[in-house]
Formats: sequence, C-alpha cells, structure tokens
Amino acid sequence: MAPETSANVTAGRHASRPSAGEDQPFPPGDYPLVVVGSGPGGLQLSYSLRRLGVEHAVISSDPAPGGMFRRWPFFQRLLSWTKPYAPVERGSRAYERYDWNSLLAEEPENRALQAGLMDGTSYFPSRPEMERNLVTFTEHTGIVVRYGCRWESTRREPGPDGDRFVLTTSDGEYRCRVAVFAVGVAEPYTPPTPGLDLVPHYADTRPAETYAGKRIFIVGKQNSGFELATGLLPWARSIVLASPSPAKMSVVTRSLVGIRARYLQPVEDNVLAGGVGILEASIERIERAGEGLTVTVRPSAGGDPVTFEVDEAIAATGFVTPLRDLPALGVATYGSSRLPAQTPFWESATVPGIYFAGTISQGAAGLKKHGMPANSGAVHGARYNARLLAGHLAEKHFGVPHASRRLAEAEVVPFLLDEIRLAPELWHQRAYLARVVSLDATRGVADEGFTPLANFLDAGGPDAIAATIEANSEGAVYPVLYLRRAGRAEERVLPGHPLNDFSTDEHRRGLASVVAEAGIGAAVG
Amino acid sequence: MAQLMELTDELGSLALFSDLSRAQLEAVAHSFEEVWFSEGERILREGLTGTGFYVILDGEVAIRAGGREAAVLGRGDFFGEVSALLGDAPSADVVALHSMRCLHLAAPALRDFLIAHPAVTYRMLLDQTRRLRNTMRSRG
Repeated sequence: MAPETSANVTAGRHASRPSAGEDQPFPPGDYPLVVVGSGPGGLQLSYSLRRLGVEHAVISSDPAPGGMFRRWPFFQRLLSWTKPYAPVERGSRAYERYDWNSLLAEEPENRALQAGLMDGTSYFPSRPEMERNLVTFTEHTGIVVRYGCRWESTRREPGPDGDRFVLTTSDGEYRCRVAVFAVGVAEPYTPPTPGLDLVPHYADTRPAETYAGKRIFIVGKQNSGFELATGLLPWARSIVLASPSPAKMSVVTRSLVGIRARYLQPVEDNVLAGGVGILEASIERIERAGEGLTVTVRPSAGGDPVTFEVDEAIAATGFVTPLRDLPALGVATYGSSRLPAQTPFWESATVPGIYFAGTISQGAAGLKKHGMPANSGAVHGARYNARLLAGHLAEKHFGVPHASRRLAEAEVVPFLLDEIRLAPELWHQRAYLARVVSLDATRGVADEGFTPLANFLDAGGPDAIAATIEANSEGAVYPVLYLRRAGRAEERVLPGHPLNDFSTDEHRRGLASVVAEAGIGAAVG
Repeated sequence: MAQLMELTDELGSLALFSDLSRAQLEAVAHSFEEVWFSEGERILREGLTGTGFYVILDGEVAIRAGGREAAVLGRGDFFGEVSALLGDAPSADVVALHSMRCLHLAAPALRDFLIAHPAVTYRMLLDQTRRLRNTMRSRG
C-alpha cells in the first residue's frame, strides 16, 4: 500500500555480487526472498523491491530478459498499445494510461521506454520492439538476474526463524522465507479430446506460408485462435474455428475479455461469406484420413455430429500456469488456466509465504464488478500489482515501514480529484486498485497510497476514503468512492462524463460531499 | 480450455444443470467462470453494486444480514440472482465458510443465459418456490 518514495531508495545496494569463481550472480544459497522469472512481472517486482531496499535473488530459466515476449505473439505484433503521441506528456505519470507496455520506473530517463523503441508503423509494438523494451529497462535500471537457472522443484524445511522454502534448480538449491513466482501463464495446454494430440498446439504453429492452399481447422475461439486465423487468411484455402460457446469480442464486452479488434477480420470474412467458418460446437474427435484429418464436432445448439475434412488442424486451446510441484506443496489452483488461488495481496491462499507476480496475479480476481475484470493478465495491469506487492512484502516480511503522507484537510478534495482524473493505477485496474486517504482521529488525514479494493473493503482499518475508477457493461466509466466508517464501507458513485473528464465542477462537488460526509469539514468549499 | 471437460462432468452432477445435454453443459462450462474464495472472504457485500450470479461447486457460504446468519448454502446451491436480475445492491453479505469454488456469471449476462436455457430457468424457479414456501412455513 506504500506509495514509493525516494527516501528509502537503495537501488543497487543489494544487487547480488557474483561469488568467487562464479560468472553468474545469485549463486545457490540462502536469500531473504527469491523471485522466479524474468518476464515483465519478475522485472517490475525486482525493480520495485530494490527501490525499497529489500534484498532478493532473481532466477530465470531463460537466457535473457523478456519472458513470453521472447517468443510470442506468434505473428510478432502485440495486442497492447503504446501511443507515441498522447494527450499528456510522454514520461509523465499520466502518460502510463496511454502506454501499456513500459515498466514503471522512478527515474525520468527510465520511464516510457517503449515509445522510443518503436518504428512508427503501428501503435502496437512488434514482438522484437517489446523484447527490446524489457531488455533496455533491465539494463538501464541495473536489474540483476541469474539466467539459465531453471526452477525444478520446491519443498519446505524448518529454518531458524520458521519454515523456509527450498527451491531446487538446475544450478543448486535456493533457501528463502518468501518466494515469488512470476513464471507466466505460459504452459501450452491440450485437453484430452480424442485425437487432439495428433495436432500441434498454437505454440508449435509453423510459419504461415507453409499453410498455403490448405484447409485449416482451428480448435478454440479465443484471441490465440483468432490471431492464427488472421495470420493465415492470406494463405489458407479455408479456415474453420470451433468451440462450444459463442466468441466474445472486446468491443462488446468493453474489456480485454474477448477477441481484440485487431483479430476481428476473420469474423467479417465469416459474416460476408468469404470462406471462414465460425462454429459453436464441441470437438468430439479428430482422426487421420490419408494426408489430412477428419474433425467431428457436435453443435452446441443440438443436432447430429458434423464431420469436416481438413488438411491441417491447430489446437488454440490455451495455456496453463506452470506451477510445477507447488500444488503438491498445498498451493490451491482453480479455473481453466489453473491459476493459484490468491489473497488480495497475491499470496497463495493456502500456502503463506508463496506469492505470485506478473500475469499470474490475475488469480487474485478482485470484485469484478459488473463482470468487468481487472487487467492483471496484461502488462499494464500486472506492473501496478507488482509494484504494490513489493511494498506489501517489504512491510510485512522485512520491516520496511509503510509510508503515508500527511494531507491538510483542504488538500483532500483536489488530491482525490487529481487521482480520479489521472492516476493510471486506477484507470488500468478499475474497481481493483484504490487510492486511499485515511482519517485517523489522532494522526489526522493522510494519503496511504494504493491498495487492492478487496483489501480495503474487507480487511478493516481506520476510517478512510478509497477512490476507484469503475466501468459497467454498458460502457459507462465513472469514479466511485468508498467511505469506510467503523470498519464498514459504503459506496458513493460519481457521474461519468462523455469524454471521461472528471475534472468538472460536478465531480469536485460530488467528491467534496463525500469528503464532508467523512467528517473532513474544512475540505468542503 | 484446460480442465473444462472435468468441469463439464461436475456441472452435469448439479441439479440446476441436470436437464442439459453434454454439448449444452460444455457451452455452460465455457460461459461461466470458475472462481475461488478463501474462508471468511466476502463474495457478495451488502450495499455494493455490480455483483453477479454464483453456483457453488464445493464448499459452503453463509448469508448474513444485519449481523445475523440467515442461511447456509452448499454444493449445487446458487445465490446472487436477486440483485443480478433486479439490478439492486445485495441486501446481505454472502461469506465463504471454507475455502471454496463457485461458478460465476456476471449479472449483465444472466438474463440472456436464462432465456437461452429454459430448463435451467425452470430449475431455478423450482428452487426459489421451495425457498418461498419454507419461508412462509417458518413464519407460521
């Protein structure tokens, strides 16, 4: 919950020093905290931990930073944008709302790196541009990682101050009180449908030109399926996509749930009868037939099975979380991606001391008000989770005091008004992260930084106001204030605005009214 | 898509979905989302808008209104339909009594789901009717 300040910055102080005879940092041994993974989640967490002076090791099986962006998306262009020219100054905090891909730094020269690494042909960075962004951030901020060190198994053993985790790796054993896994939702999954093992997974798709003139069947209608279909449109003779339920579209769900606009071309091809089939059907079986395959499906609406003869099929059947033996250690998982069940602060709900960062942090789903998910599965949401997690770990496990900042009563309304206007944490993590102003009777009014909304609502604490940005399924975006008194929170919804401008007199008055309700009389003006 | 076949089997064993074909169950498994709650976690919060419809896959919840425990629901039971259908904020907290899994459908999607699956709607109506009858009996 602590806002990052420069007061406790010790960047570099705890960077691991290679021991004698070691070319690599972080040799196996005892560490207060170990982070596994060098994708955006692991990098952001390590950066933020160092800013707070928390000693830790980072290990990764990869040879260099970047995580999944070292390989995917398959067709080499991201779904997340960075706008080189935005309504606010590049590098400012407010600019983060328009830059979904840069990691968060306090030093001005390390902010908004992605925009400077793009060639101008698209506001979606290419995969190599994103990889360069992450490598540049790592190099410029001095993040240290032991690469080529593969986490293989995990166990618990008694230590001098309670249980420790032992991570067995390809390089040896790491012991720690706290372990954070930022290993992505990156393990290809193929369901046990008969014959589906005959076809390659999305992760093993060949270059597009090798599908020239072929009839392609794609199992799955999420973004990965439609990404393949879009990339194969110039090459395939025909394409069929199938899964049991209708494809959702992001422009309809008004969230990142569903097919993104960039991959909608196969949908238009389908509705204009161009040769793409999109079916609501479950896959019964896939069988070899000469040089090709037969795919038998059962329509969800009922009726007899239908068989397709195709040349190739691809299983765009998703990815699961590569947790290795953590479930055997007691880490509960749930859902189609086998995400670990987590507390609002991204700690395993069943094994204290094990945390998650990066895209796995979506396992702490939050309130999902009106069905709208947070963006924790993407860099522009997970980066804020990771920064907040660093502050939480520092305070809970390493004695770094939570930093709060006193506010004069007259400052509260303009402060919160600025936050609901500009805070990228609130805009990207809607109804998920909240800016908190506490109203302690003895300490006075203070900015407490950000916290997960679920934590604010359910963990109790002093009287306080939490500000969020929220959205509903009709597309309305609006600020919401939560007024917590005697441990119980009530909701106060402020109006939206056609251009999402929350700096109006109406918003200031609404905010002042809630602040007055909280008993901060001097703030009402 | 992982584990959806297992979830499909699980759905078929719940009374609410027991009239659906295998293909329909698979579609339901794709439409709903599995969610996890820890012991003591609030799933619905009294007075807070934007909730959803939940079906309990395993575990139990307590419905608490005004500091009083009004009911306990278990596997196969559902909750949240009143606020989801009427658009009101819940009038009670719903709290997980143990670690538990539910199926979740966002409130805006519930109407279309019920219209598309009348057999499920009928099962819900039966359950609601029983709850109403029991409430009336308990009032004498």
